[in-house]
Amino acid sequence: MATAPNKTAAPSQGPQQGFVYLPLIAGWLVPGAGHFLLRKWVRGALLSASIVCMFALGIAMQGKLYTGAQDILEMLGMVGDLGNGLLFFLGRTFGLGAQHVMITTQDYGTKFIVVAGLLNVIAAVDAHNLRTGRKQ
Amino acid sequence: MYQPSHFTAVLLFALFASTVFGITMRDTPRRMFRYGLYCFALFIGSTIVLSWVMFFIAR
Repeated sequence: MATAPNKTAAPSQGPQQGFVYLPLIAGWLVPGAGHFLLRKWVRGALLSASIVCMFALGIAMQGKLYTGAQDILEMLGMVGDLGNGLLFFLGRTFGLGAQHVMITTQDYGTKFIVVAGLLNVIAAVDAHNLRTGRKQ
Repeated sequence: MYQPSHFTAVLLFALFASTVFGITMRDTPRRMFRYGLYCFALFIGSTIVLSWVMFFIAR
């Protein structure tokens, strides 16, 4: 009778070993890295390609990387941009993107960058859910 | 500077967003693919419908 609980408890301990938030943080910093850590290679590659391509297209369209929070809209844009993790900080470091939005294409690019950040947050949370066993 | 047409921008946006939605919102590869396609169709379909609505409003 004493062995029955051990048999049922053993599988649930597997996903809980180690730092539970590592895929979440890694996935936020580098798109797809959270899934790579969990050996979900195809999912990670597709997520990484989608998010990096979206960010790169936004930069190529001379979208704006939000640098400060002057008003509530800029604050929200900056929150979205921060979702890109290291991509955002690299963009800031190398001075990518435009300072001011002058034409429609630049506005599209700005939205591409913000949405890439928001999608990256969704992907990182998905990696966390896989890590905790909430999702298969 | 890369300057896509409006519709090309919509196609690219829908493709990448649908890919992420499909992978993160469903469990099995088959359901992921189907949900991704569903989202893509909704993105494109709603864009076309709203474009026609705005076309007639502007007249």
